[in-house]
Amino acid sequence: MPGLPLSLGITLFYVGLIVVLPLAALVFKAASLGPEDYWRIVSSARAVASYRVTVLSAFVATIFNLLFGLALAWVLVRYEFPGKRFVDAIVDLPFALPTAVAGIALTTLFAPNGWFGSILGEIGIKVAYTPLGIMIAMAFTSLPFVVRTVQPVLEDLDPALEEAAQTLGGTDTSIFSRVILPLLVPALLAGVSLSFARSLGEFGAIIFIAGNQPMSTEITALLAFIRLEEYDYQAAAAIASVLLITAFVMLAVTNLLQSRALRYTVRN
Amino acid sequence: MKIRLENVVKTFETFRAVRDVSLDIESGELVALLGPSGSGKTTILRMVAGLEFADGGHIHFGDQDATDIPVRDRGVGFVFQHYALFPHMTVAQNIAFGMKVSKVRRARQEIDARVAELLRLVRLEGLGDRFPTQISGGQRQRVALARALAVDPKVLLLDEPFGALDANVRRDLRRWLREIHGELGITTIFVTHDQEEALDLADRVVILNEGRIVQQGTPEEVCRRPNSSFVMHFLGDAYRLPAQVEAGIARIGDVALDAPSCPEGPAEIYVRPADLGWTNSGSGMPAVVTRVIDRPDGRRVLADTDAGQSLEIDVPPETPVRASDRGFVQINRGSVFPAA
Repeated sequence: MPGLPLSLGITLFYVGLIVVLPLAALVFKAASLGPEDYWRIVSSARAVASYRVTVLSAFVATIFNLLFGLALAWVLVRYEFPGKRFVDAIVDLPFALPTAVAGIALTTLFAPNGWFGSILGEIGIKVAYTPLGIMIAMAFTSLPFVVRTVQPVLEDLDPALEEAAQTLGGTDTSIFSRVILPLLVPALLAGVSLSFARSLGEFGAIIFIAGNQPMSTEITALLAFIRLEEYDYQAAAAIASVLLITAFVMLAVTNLLQSRALRYTVRN
Repeated sequence: MKIRLENVVKTFETFRAVRDVSLDIESGELVALLGPSGSGKTTILRMVAGLEFADGGHIHFGDQDATDIPVRDRGVGFVFQHYALFPHMTVAQNIAFGMKVSKVRRARQEIDARVAELLRLVRLEGLGDRFPTQISGGQRQRVALARALAVDPKVLLLDEPFGALDANVRRDLRRWLREIHGELGITTIFVTHDQEEALDLADRVVILNEGRIVQQGTPEEVCRRPNSSFVMHFLGDAYRLPAQVEAGIARIGDVALDAPSCPEGPAEIYVRPADLGWTNSGSGMPAVVTRVIDRPDGRRVLADTDAGQSLEIDVPPETPVRASDRGFVQINRGSVFPAA
């Protein structure tokens, strides 16, 4: 293969420099604490409360994006409607927008005197400064993942598969659940894992809407940031390492699930 | 199940795919829809299946008007050109699909037994646990057939069933499909653009062009008595020789051919290489041999007539002929149509 040693060298060097080195520094910093100190920091009540709200919110936001993202991808692929290209372009907006801008916009909307907040307030739902606000901010910033992973797979789905299922007596629901959905599972898993990982680490969009009350609406990334502000680098690294490990475990699990879901593509 | 199409019409946007097609297919018949691409053959098949709906006309299954019956209730087995097997299901799961989604509840053992029976029928015993990517193209096509047969369809429809396979596999599968049809006696329609395949396999060949039926009949009828120059050309290499018809006889120089049904005046004689003969002396169309091609099953002479036409002639292998010989082309048989 022409240029392989050079391209391999450059990419490996780049990955090492940009990805592995900072992560290694993080682990190194966290490891400079003794095991007892490390455990004390990562298992403190405030830290545990932050894990709970972060993971729970990320989970809910991801489930929402799974359903809504699938529906959106479906609509964008299967139907023709005026403004379709515009909607398709808008899906990427959460990526393009600075997340702080998104956070401020969402806070304005969902604050008790905002457009949505005032209406929701009347029926007794508080969004801003609650975990619900965190979920909405997470769902907003990670929306494109599921859409953009599912969309191409859905586009490439052979229409003859559905026709075959129809001639065999399949109803729309049975065709969706037995033929289409299983074929989308690998893409859905990829989208979901990216969406979840992004939600775990999201910072800018959340801190404006969350209220950031320790023990209730303080996310883990913010807690790490607060420790940094206090010049307690070791504690910041320790808390960040928990996020890192969670993300690794989750990616490993989804990879495993994905290869299971794709085992039919393996030739003998 | 007898199938009857009555004045069926289908238009896609501005393209008139099927124009006023009427066709009767007898119960248990094996019929080929043969035509060039764009002739409407696949559209007709898809309308019979219910995958497309006719803009006009009616489709009857037996005594029932099936025109508006949705595809899932029509009870047809459809085999797609590229198999359309469900890639995430094993061979056995593919075959069982129709039984699993059916309104009729079946016990698991019953489904398993039927799958085993069908695997035996299509000679794929032992491959039930493979995924479609793990078997060959010919095997996939057989799985597709087994899957279509699993729901006991009233009609079996095959869209270019052997189109994606190589020649040897195609020949074997053809013979095998004929056997299965003989065994099950199910009314079968298949679409092809390959004349040889249609003539090999079908009881009756329906030839289509530009959305209309041009001719239908047994392979013998369409081969020996083509009713138009299109059919003549479409079924195989044919040459057009200008001629004059007088008193029911077509003439080119001193070559004469019976043409009882052709009106007087200018006409065209259509001949195939096998309809022609070569003689070094005697009568016929004077010509010069340009090349002689030898093949395992005969000898083909390429000749230019003095009238300026290039012809190919099949002669027995022992015929003494060489390049640049002068001689005469004889017409042993041919089809005569009035000049267009």
